[in-house]
Amino acid sequence: MAVDIVKEKHKSKVTEVVLGATKEEGGTRSHTIKVGGESTLPFLHFEGEVPNRPVVALEVWDMVPEDWPSSLKEYYKDVYDDPAAWAKKCVDEYGADLIAVRLKSADPDFKDSSAQECADTVKKVLEAVSVPLIIFGCGKAEKDDQIYQAVAEAAAGENLLMGIAELENYKAVTSACMANQHCIIANSPIDINICKQLNIQILEMSQALASKIIIDPTVAALGYGIEYSYSIMERARLGALQGDKMLAFPVIGNIGQEVWRAKEATVSTDDQPGWGEQSERAMMWEATTAMAYLQAGMNILVMRHPRAFELTKNNIDELMKDNSY
Amino acid sequence: MIIIGERINGMFTDIAKAINERDPAAVHEWARKQEESGAHYLDINVGPGSKEPVEAMKWLVEKTQEVTDLPLCLDSTKYDAIEAGLQVCKQPAMINSVPAEMPKMERVFSMAAEHDAEVIGLAMNEEGVPKDAESRIALAMELVATADAFGVPTDSLYIDPLVLPCNVGQDHGPEVFETLRQVKVLADPPPKTTVGLSNISQGVKNRELINRVFAVMAMANGLDSAIADACDEELMESVATARIILNKDIYCESYVDVFRKSNR
Repeated sequence: MAVDIVKEKHKSKVTEVVLGATKEEGGTRSHTIKVGGESTLPFLHFEGEVPNRPVVALEVWDMVPEDWPSSLKEYYKDVYDDPAAWAKKCVDEYGADLIAVRLKSADPDFKDSSAQECADTVKKVLEAVSVPLIIFGCGKAEKDDQIYQAVAEAAAGENLLMGIAELENYKAVTSACMANQHCIIANSPIDINICKQLNIQILEMSQALASKIIIDPTVAALGYGIEYSYSIMERARLGALQGDKMLAFPVIGNIGQEVWRAKEATVSTDDQPGWGEQSERAMMWEATTAMAYLQAGMNILVMRHPRAFELTKNNIDELMKDNSY
Repeated sequence: MIIIGERINGMFTDIAKAINERDPAAVHEWARKQEESGAHYLDINVGPGSKEPVEAMKWLVEKTQEVTDLPLCLDSTKYDAIEAGLQVCKQPAMINSVPAEMPKMERVFSMAAEHDAEVIGLAMNEEGVPKDAESRIALAMELVATADAFGVPTDSLYIDPLVLPCNVGQDHGPEVFETLRQVKVLADPPPKTTVGLSNISQGVKNRELINRVFAVMAMANGLDSAIADACDEELMESVATARIILNKDIYCESYVDVFRKSNR
């Protein structure tokens, strides 16, 4: 007897967002990247459309990341003084889909780099690589508000993905993106209600951003509440499929940032011999966290370790194989 | 919850006058107002006294479509008028309505299938409105079976259990809720449900209060849509809130606004 395959019929889909801009589109990227557009739950190719692959960005800092464990740090040891060379290495050697530039040096507690210095860094990275860019501020809202405008203007036309916008502080980055046609990262603290509200408020400022929002629901590393982030993403996707336009946006996650401060990544083999060799254990912690978020429907993963990156890319290849029947 | 805006109806003097004088100003105004207030469909009714319902329906549909892209709900007991309206609708419409009677069902369901239209089926027949839920369900089942026989998908059928004014038909209230619940187990996928909301408050005071309390109670029993006053702000706020409490929409601070804009 033939098995009757039960298929859910969804009335809506996730918004498709384009990152980057080619010469014809007013930028200088060799290609653009499309994310989103799914009309079903993650990778249910038999039920709906999964038109775009999840993509993986490697993270580039504009200063030496002192607190990264040495097993990670050694991969980039020849390029720490030059974000452009670091970005080039990520693309040419490791095959990054995108580069996520973290303007950490602007943090007043580190180098307090000026907005202009940040804009110059972004320009240099744009010249060094041809993939689309993600730009993160330093993480201190007051300083970041000064940076967004300068960076957005310096890279006008490039269709960057910039952030983060938060409910308490979204106007500066929204107007910078709005004025220079960049995409925006809307961050919420593992809270579906705030996630939705922030998207509404961004769109109240600019309807033009309706196809340019990427949501960052805040991710946790494996072992640190990953199930909370996972279920928020699941709920947002179900909402999107049921027609909730205010939740129907692709998702980005700072996987590397979360994993590489977890003790499973930072504690040495000597301190915890029972946990296995640190370099392998830490790398696998990042890869495993990433793969869990792929299953939750994450569209853009921001990672750090080249081997974890590679394993994740292989996993994406498998997940994107057609399983329709 | 689908709100079918009730205001473009020849029962109202401004619309009757608009039809008679072929002056579309009032039609345009109400189409815009109801859309802005959050209506998902617009009911189009030429009124009981119309001398030329076919021409009037065509004109009303055309004039309404000049200012809105919302789907229309063509409301008449004269099926020639509905058919004329369907022919000028720019997108699939809803037919309001058909009772569980032959040959009316034959006429309505075959034109619905032809025009890809949805249909409101009334849980009544030649004998009138039943007193209890059981008889309403039996008529709903006849509507479901006949719609299916004519090729109208079950989820394009809206069963109206028929609401009576709360002062004269007080005992019908619980029967209506019971019908709303049971209609959902008649078929898979189940038919949808609708009511003429303001019927509950015909001829009584505090109409708006009664309407919105009834709407919320009916939603809790599975109501999918209502023909209602989309410009009644408190009604729309109550409906939006009921959707949150029923976990139909994900909460956020602006949920009322989001509901009002869900038609766009």
